[in-house]
Amino acid sequence: MLYRENGQFKSSYRSDQQIFPILQDRIAIGLLLAVAFVAIPLLSSEYLMRAIFVPFLILSLAALGLNILVGYCGQISLGTGAFMAIGAYAAYNFQARIPGMPLVFSLLLGGLCSTAVGVLFGIPSLRIKGLYLAVATLAAQFFTDWAFLRIKWFTNDSSSGSVSVAGLNVFGIPIESPVQKYLLCLGFLVVFALLAKNLVRGAIGREWMAIRDMDVAAAVIGIRPVYAKLTAFAVSSFIVGVAGGLWGFVHLGSWEPAAFNIDRSFQLLFMVIIGGLGSIMGSFFGAAFIVVLPIVLDGLPYWFGIPIDTALASHLTFMIFGALIVFFLIVEPHGIARLWSTAKEKLRLWPFPH
Amino acid sequence: MKFKSLALAATVTAVGLGALATAPAAFAQAKEQFFPLLAYRTGPYAPNGTPWANGKQDYIKMINARDGGINGVKITFEECETGYATDKGVECYERLKGRPGVTLIDPQATGITFALTDKVAADKIPLLTLGYGLSASQDGNVFKWNFPLMGSYWTAADMLIQHIGKKEGGLDKLKGKKIALVYHDSPFGKEPMPLLDERSKMHGFELQKIPVTAPGVEQKSAWLQVRQSKPDYVLLWGWGVMNSTALKEAQATGYPRDKMYGVWWAGAEPDVKDVGEGAKGYNALNLNTSGQSPKVIQDILKLVHDKGQGTGPKEEVGTVLYTRGLIIQMLGVEAVRRAQERYGKGKVMTGEQVRWGLENLALDQKKLDALGFSGVMRPLSTSCQDHMGSTWARVHTWDGAKWAFSSDWLQADEQIIKPMVTAAADKYAAEKKLTRRTPADCQS
Repeated sequence: MLYRENGQFKSSYRSDQQIFPILQDRIAIGLLLAVAFVAIPLLSSEYLMRAIFVPFLILSLAALGLNILVGYCGQISLGTGAFMAIGAYAAYNFQARIPGMPLVFSLLLGGLCSTAVGVLFGIPSLRIKGLYLAVATLAAQFFTDWAFLRIKWFTNDSSSGSVSVAGLNVFGIPIESPVQKYLLCLGFLVVFALLAKNLVRGAIGREWMAIRDMDVAAAVIGIRPVYAKLTAFAVSSFIVGVAGGLWGFVHLGSWEPAAFNIDRSFQLLFMVIIGGLGSIMGSFFGAAFIVVLPIVLDGLPYWFGIPIDTALASHLTFMIFGALIVFFLIVEPHGIARLWSTAKEKLRLWPFPH
Repeated sequence: MKFKSLALAATVTAVGLGALATAPAAFAQAKEQFFPLLAYRTGPYAPNGTPWANGKQDYIKMINARDGGINGVKITFEECETGYATDKGVECYERLKGRPGVTLIDPQATGITFALTDKVAADKIPLLTLGYGLSASQDGNVFKWNFPLMGSYWTAADMLIQHIGKKEGGLDKLKGKKIALVYHDSPFGKEPMPLLDERSKMHGFELQKIPVTAPGVEQKSAWLQVRQSKPDYVLLWGWGVMNSTALKEAQATGYPRDKMYGVWWAGAEPDVKDVGEGAKGYNALNLNTSGQSPKVIQDILKLVHDKGQGTGPKEEVGTVLYTRGLIIQMLGVEAVRRAQERYGKGKVMTGEQVRWGLENLALDQKKLDALGFSGVMRPLSTSCQDHMGSTWARVHTWDGAKWAFSSDWLQADEQIIKPMVTAAADKYAAEKKLTRRTPADCQS
């Protein structure tokens, strides 16, 4: 009844091609942005900001990047943690070695370094496919783990191998309070989400999807697999690299290679699979599911005032979390994003379904 | 079906978020000193993290039962599971730091310490890292909020080299010897390197660094290297399952266990118990005694465990890491007591006031005896410049069934440590654009 596009006529190509062709969607997105930019910073506590929203935003960004590669181009990658690490360490080096380097440029340059390495590790994708490619990208993971642990130059000769950043500011505005950190991450996320959305609906995104669905057929109709696959690797690792920089600089402040280990790669891959492959929205759902849910589960006994052993609580969290993953994958194998679009379809017919 | 599950998911999330938002307000209480306890009872480091966490909790319970708190201020606590992971540790810290009456943080992990060092200064909460953490943070003039009481990895490495030197008949006899450092490949394992490099230059021994990938269940290649290069001594810088695995591998390679020296985090019961006879002769530093004879442990057994309120199994009370947990918690409680002497007895101390207390700790033998810690540890006194207080430790040896002390008290060499600490602290200050504290700041 409310969510129906009757009477909304498109009279120009421009209005036909907008991201959200339905008025109600545009209103909803506008409201969501208003909540994200205004209401959340005003209303939420420091804990919510620092421990939930900031990691959620950064990992959403990383999941978004990975979704381009896995969801849109169909190239399974287990090297996401590695590309995050490259983004973070490269940004750290730009920041530490070039005095007066603005933070945003460091992060973007970190993303570019990650792009270069991502393309390099994407080259094998021209020959190998599917699970074999996943194993090949695993090499990126082990290589960066090794490089950042062993090559002292990358960590600016830090004796413990741990690097840290301080005194962050964006064009003179310090990034210290939780609200500032939150807004910085949100800014990056909104810009990159818009960029990604436009890329995947444009010519290049269609090439990626054609490669994903059947690469031989795509090649026959004139899509160059080299170009399509490598651009997917490039865009994906750029976004992932920037997310890595944010994770190190904004969320942790001080990190070691273990912050970007193989577990992180798996975590991001699960986010993309559970959230929904080939869906921008799915990246957000996946990140929310994987980041926020364990924290909420962990905190439940305390909030309800039930004294419970810490070890037991954390085991319970693992069990419930695992059960929920299985539940969601059985109910909707295409991810939470598909549930979302099913709900929207139903809503269009509500309250008179046929 | 899909609608239903969607609605269910939405409700669960809404309830959860609602609870998150309202949580801090509901727990505002007065006159309670709150200790956030970061612990790990799951994962590969749990065997060592659990007794440590149990010791901390039992001490709080005992103080509440025996003395009714600190001068009448009841102590409360909440534990948060970090699993030794840095990002989870940061989340725990953010969750607990806002509670009323928050005292100090003992993160129980070097990685988490690194991540929190910048955050605690902004939040004004002291960071107590007894025997671990950032070695340079001994310099209280730069690291205002860090307290690596009783020792750091540098003092530990220094004492081990001194001890080995003594065994060889003088530090000059180390020339031409080969010492291998088998380390946990993380900041924890890498921290001692600058000192060992320095010492190796001084005495002319060769230092071979052999990394073990965390968590250290797979060490075949590391011990192959040991077998090939046949070092005269092996320093073991491990934690959690890495220690027992290393000892088993040493046994398998045939490397003599009595040539192996562990840091004080690689010398507790969980590390050697599974290896049993195979670990016989293995040495490790230790900051404290073990056993159930000290008065404080008797009090805990009587007032906590006999009442059925003990945190862990009764037979683990008094083990090496349990006792270390007690010491850490005792130092935290004594810091509050010291702060109360200045800022008002029977009041809840803020993080800033506790920081003053930690900086002005003066625990002489008489006080330690009164606290029931006679013989457990040596006296300790901190100052504005020195956030460590003392560097005493002993070497103990596993005889196949129990740990027994095999050396006198050792002390790190100030001549070597001090310039290194100052240089590292200056470097840190320059990187973070901090200035050294003024004498006036020390009074506050």
